Amino acid sequence: MTIRYPYKGHGADGFDRILHSHSTEQLVAWYRAMLRIRRIEEEIERRYHQDQMKTPIHLVIGQEAAAVGCCAALRETDLVYTSHRTHGAYLAKGGDLGRMLCEMHCRVNGCVGSRGGSMHLIDKSVGMAGTSAIVGGAVPIATGAALAAKMKQDDRVVVVFLGDATTEEGVTSESLNFAALRKLPVIFFCENNFYSVQSPLATRQPARDIRAWAEAHGMPAVSVDGVNILAVYNAVRDAVARARAGDGPTFVEVPVYRFRAHGGAGDDSKTGYRTEAERIVWEAVDPLQLFGAYLTRSAKLDRPAIQNMEHEIAVEIADAFELALASPNPTEEDLYRHVYAD
Amino acid sequence: MPWDEGLVNSLVYDRPDPSEGRVVSYVSAVNEALAIALEQDPSVFVLGQGVDDPTAMFGTTRDLAARFGPERVFDTPLSEESMMGVSTGAAMIGMRPVFMHNRPDFVLLAFNQLVTHASKFHFMDNGQTTVPVVVWAAIGRGWGSGAQHSQAIHGMLLGVPGLKIVMPSTPYDAKGLLLSAILDNNPVCVFEHRWLMKKDGVVPEGAYRVPIGKGIYRRRGRDLTIVGASHAIELAFQAATQLAPEGIDVEVVDLRTVKPLDEAIVLESLKNTGRLIAVDTAWMKGGLCAEIGCLAAEKGFGDLKAPIVRIGLPDVPTPAGYTLEQFYYPDAARIADAARRLVRS
Repeated sequence: MTIRYPYKGHGADGFDRILHSHSTEQLVAWYRAMLRIRRIEEEIERRYHQDQMKTPIHLVIGQEAAAVGCCAALRETDLVYTSHRTHGAYLAKGGDLGRMLCEMHCRVNGCVGSRGGSMHLIDKSVGMAGTSAIVGGAVPIATGAALAAKMKQDDRVVVVFLGDATTEEGVTSESLNFAALRKLPVIFFCENNFYSVQSPLATRQPARDIRAWAEAHGMPAVSVDGVNILAVYNAVRDAVARARAGDGPTFVEVPVYRFRAHGGAGDDSKTGYRTEAERIVWEAVDPLQLFGAYLTRSAKLDRPAIQNMEHEIAVEIADAFELALASPNPTEEDLYRHVYAD
Repeated sequence: MPWDEGLVNSLVYDRPDPSEGRVVSYVSAVNEALAIALEQDPSVFVLGQGVDDPTAMFGTTRDLAARFGPERVFDTPLSEESMMGVSTGAAMIGMRPVFMHNRPDFVLLAFNQLVTHASKFHFMDNGQTTVPVVVWAAIGRGWGSGAQHSQAIHGMLLGVPGLKIVMPSTPYDAKGLLLSAILDNNPVCVFEHRWLMKKDGVVPEGAYRVPIGKGIYRRRGRDLTIVGASHAIELAFQAATQLAPEGIDVEVVDLRTVKPLDEAIVLESLKNTGRLIAVDTAWMKGGLCAEIGCLAAEKGFGDLKAPIVRIGLPDVPTPAGYTLEQFYYPDAARIADAARRLVRS
């Protein structure tokens, strides 16, 4: 079976190659954040067929290290923008779970009042500032937020999550050019998961590094192992430092693999656009498992602690679903609100 | 110097009466509005291709970069879509960008950000964000502007919820509507007309606002209503002047804002005259003329003494050549002919 996009990182050994001074408490908190996203996504997936969540879902299972590692390097006041695949960044940036699930259940108390659904999870109170369901749509918007941050000198850094296909949109090139020109405090965080819906990278781009493409726009670009949270964190931390120092944008590519279909529940590898063998290769470097094994191996985490986390998270998720299902639907009057601002 | 300057310079307008107040040019009125907005609010900035060049966007941005600095008045890469998104993103966190294009044709490159992003965010995030961004452009006409430098695109945008569109017809309105647009908390397109730019008018000094969403009677009359905006009002006036000696008394309604449309003034005038000509600088089909016609049929049918007449562009791209242009664009004579037929029918 063909493996078109093999994993090229160092797997479990990758953690030992990264020198760090993070406290045990910090590392465990990151693990917990990744575990929490995984379990939330799994529960959404498990219930999706019930049709209570009438919203297109784009699960981040397999991409948790990217979301958590990136957002861990940010302050709460820093801003995050994303594409349609919002769940990971929303939760990693500190977005409220209850309001997320209310949104996914189309309830009036959803994070955007049932106007956005899964593709438009926003929680401005924690800097989850905007999303676009048009590939590339959020890129100039994040760039504009960075321009505003620079003009206001408010010390904010902006991150926009994008995918490999986003680099094919003209507006992305335009935005990288402008960000580099004006030395804007923005980080282009590219989760390269090799497929746009079911179209492989090779049918969309010539054989060249996305990193090199980004660098040609006049900014530093790095590519780090997207299944290794410490590698992701370090890359974004360095980019944040550059941005905050006024040295301009950075492009960070993290190769990752989505274990599920582009949209909806379950994996769709059986349809033939990619092979199950390829998914299995990447599942062997499941970012959650890898990090958990590393923490266990280095005696920072043990089985009872993980079980305790699992229990707390399960209770939190159950409560949040209960809240969502018990929450009121919007009324017809709500439809006409906020078309225009006062 | 813009390539159509000679043409615009050759246009002849009536001089306003200086006893009614300070007379300034249309271009100066726009320039004053931008300067006032930049001075009053540090969150306002002006961007666009060439806003700081010697031509200064027909003169409307003259001296602004020198006065307010290159951080607040700046040239952009030729990246209309991205710069529209940049403006939107900046507006979403508290800035008030004014993104200037010398023709609406270039705004078409930014439709994804204008239509699908800027106009939708306030609704999509349940009112958490406002998007106070202004998109300014001047509709071209003549001197070979042709199919790609003359498009009036407001018709395409009438069906975009969340967007406002203003189309001034006088220097007074150009200043007052632009100030209102900049202070508005929604995306607002300001579509000027290149042929109005040599017009002079009475314009107060300092800040004032012309309300968005309200039309105005430019001329009261009994027999017939001509409704439109922007340069169409100039044509309507010329037609009304031709018709007056013939005993045809024309009412002219200047919409000032084409979205949201002041339906009340159109219906009130229709009730008064019973006859309606909708005039537009753009295509008749699916645009402002069509919308006004539909409004009259839907809500003013009982007041109509004759069928509605639309006068705008045929369903044909703009030709570049001078002779073809003469067939293409409606003029006052064509409006007057339609008015005569309507009144005598």
